[in-house]
Amino acid sequence: MPTVKSVETILMDHPAAGRDHLIPILQEVQESEGYLSQESITKVGKALDMPSSKIFGVATFFNMFRFQAKGKYHVMVCRGTACHVKGSGRALDLVTKALKIQPGETTRDKLFSLEVVACMGACGLAPVVNINGQFYAKVTPMKLQRIIEECREKEQTHAIA
Amino acid sequence: MFAIEANGQTIEAKKGETILQSLKRAGINVPTICHMEGLLPSGTCRMCVVEVEGFGGLVPSCSHPVAEGMKIRTNTPDVMQTRKTLIDLLLSNHPDDCLYCARNGNCDLAKLAADNGVRDRAYQGARSHRPKDISSPSIIRDPDKCILCGKCVRMCDEIQGVSAIDFVNRGSKAYVGTAFNQGLNVSSCINCGQCILVCPTAALSEHKYISEVLQALADPTKTVVVQHAPAVSVSIAEEFGFAPGTDFDGKMTAALRRVGFDRVFDTSFTADLTIMEEGSELVHRVQNGGALPMFTSCSPGWVKFVEEFYPELLPNVSTCKSPQQMMGAIIKSYFAQKENLDPKNIVSVSLMPCTAKKFECGRPEMAQDYVADVDYVLTTRELAELFRITGVNPAAIEPEAPDTPFGERSSAGKLFGASGGVMEAALRSAVFLLTGEEMKDYTIQALRGMEGSKELRVKVGDLEVGAAVVSSLGQARKLMNEIKAGRKDLHFIEVMTCPGGCINGGGQPIGADKEAIKARMAALYQIDSGDKLRVSHKNEWVQRLYTEFLGKPLGHKSHELLHTHYDKREVLL
Repeated sequence: MPTVKSVETILMDHPAAGRDHLIPILQEVQESEGYLSQESITKVGKALDMPSSKIFGVATFFNMFRFQAKGKYHVMVCRGTACHVKGSGRALDLVTKALKIQPGETTRDKLFSLEVVACMGACGLAPVVNINGQFYAKVTPMKLQRIIEECREKEQTHAIA
Repeated sequence: MFAIEANGQTIEAKKGETILQSLKRAGINVPTICHMEGLLPSGTCRMCVVEVEGFGGLVPSCSHPVAEGMKIRTNTPDVMQTRKTLIDLLLSNHPDDCLYCARNGNCDLAKLAADNGVRDRAYQGARSHRPKDISSPSIIRDPDKCILCGKCVRMCDEIQGVSAIDFVNRGSKAYVGTAFNQGLNVSSCINCGQCILVCPTAALSEHKYISEVLQALADPTKTVVVQHAPAVSVSIAEEFGFAPGTDFDGKMTAALRRVGFDRVFDTSFTADLTIMEEGSELVHRVQNGGALPMFTSCSPGWVKFVEEFYPELLPNVSTCKSPQQMMGAIIKSYFAQKENLDPKNIVSVSLMPCTAKKFECGRPEMAQDYVADVDYVLTTRELAELFRITGVNPAAIEPEAPDTPFGERSSAGKLFGASGGVMEAALRSAVFLLTGEEMKDYTIQALRGMEGSKELRVKVGDLEVGAAVVSSLGQARKLMNEIKAGRKDLHFIEVMTCPGGCINGGGQPIGADKEAIKARMAALYQIDSGDKLRVSHKNEWVQRLYTEFLGKPLGHKSHELLHTHYDKREVLL
């Protein structure tokens, strides 16, 4: 786990930062807090003298930034070339339908979040999905459905116990 | 000056200007979309491409500097085909609902397509579907109609210094939106509507209240009262094909009666009242060590700007309501009493060159006992639409005088429509109120014209007054920062949100160039120079309002009805 640094500390690490420091700062904020919150963007904007609309514009230009906190289960679906050929499109469809969220979003119960990545370097296992660091190889929609249900069941047994 | 060749003819070019500027001067028309006069070129739309001999590809004329000996061609088959393809692509995901569009008949994109011979759909692209943002009482955003030219973004950022909107996402998913895609109503948008004026399509338009007004007019239990701002009468004529600067004051009054309004009042009357209140407030502040410099509070976009960006300077903003709200307040109090009407049965309509006024009339501060001072605000554009819907042609009607008691105005009140006008009107009265003598020449040339920032030091009795006038919030921001940095020589500052003042407001006829704005401004000066009553303090009906109802400026009743206060506003900046 990365160490949790406050936005203030991150900004202090970039003394006299200008607009050209925006992306590295946003990366550090996301690394520390897991996502870019309204509060952090406002703070960064104040420090760099940039309106938050501009920062939001820059941040949404890149796929790497997210604006909602990650869920307990962070699902990464690979949409790289090899996975695409092996049918990752259908896998992604299933996840968005099963979780009722789009890439970049988090379910309202904060259990799942979804991210699309370009390649995880596991092309031999295509199509591949990664949940909280664990790889699931050669996933099919059916397999994925089961995986998601397992996560939900695990949570329910926890809740009862 | 040097010579270049354009389409085979020799034309003159100046060093440092762009190809587009040289061509324009020579009368050669090159279509543009993203080009904005007076701003650095962005060169994103590529509509202005031309062929330059010796250059590999086509050159964007809006951003390419002109050079000696250039041989330019603007209408080769290659250039014309490129333009056409660009338009084809812009249209490929554009909704085909022109008949129902707010910009039907007045659309830059439609004109561009017609001018360049686009007569059928070349590509059928995937449509983007994003919800309309109707959250703001002033401005409606319809992202589906946006062609991403970026003019609104630049207007909001470079001219107004607000930056409520920017490009969000990338590629085919890109759209113009607010930070975190919130509604405009909770964003830092100050409702000025300058974005509407530069938008080539109906991606940005005003929030209309025409049907509500028509409903009120049709209701026999309601007394519908209307007021019109100084800038409206000198610009409404443009909507009916007249030259900019044509004054329709009397014709408009007559037309409004034909539409069915029970009373027609002139907001310039409460502009005179504002001068009495605001002038007294300034004197009070100077004599009692109040917060100085004092800022005017007539421009609701500006007021929201201070609430958001400079809350620490809110004590410096005049507590006076704007002329629109003062008129609203006295209509539903003094006028209601006089006419024996229940304020709840009065519908107060206001005709403004402004979209921010729509927001202002809905502010909780602007009401008494849960009855809003002003119910509906229509822009100049909506007024034209109202006239058309009701079949009233103001051009064909004999002028009529406005109603008493709030139709009488001085021409100083009329000047409120141009940047510098509030200051000029205020100084005219301040000189009299402090010295007992009238100015020899009422015209204060230093405060007139389109400049974004004007300053004047003037002796009023023993007091040397530092006066500043700024229009556009970019200019205001500069001055605010100077004041925050310790500048102390100013006493009274007039701020208008829109460049040039209300005559260039966000609710004014679309497609006006700088010359048209100047013509509207000149029309106001013309009215002033020929008027019998040129100072606010001599407005008899204002005096009568004080003796019969208000008491005295800054008195108890005034405070209750004509003054308010503003608080810090939390938005994403």
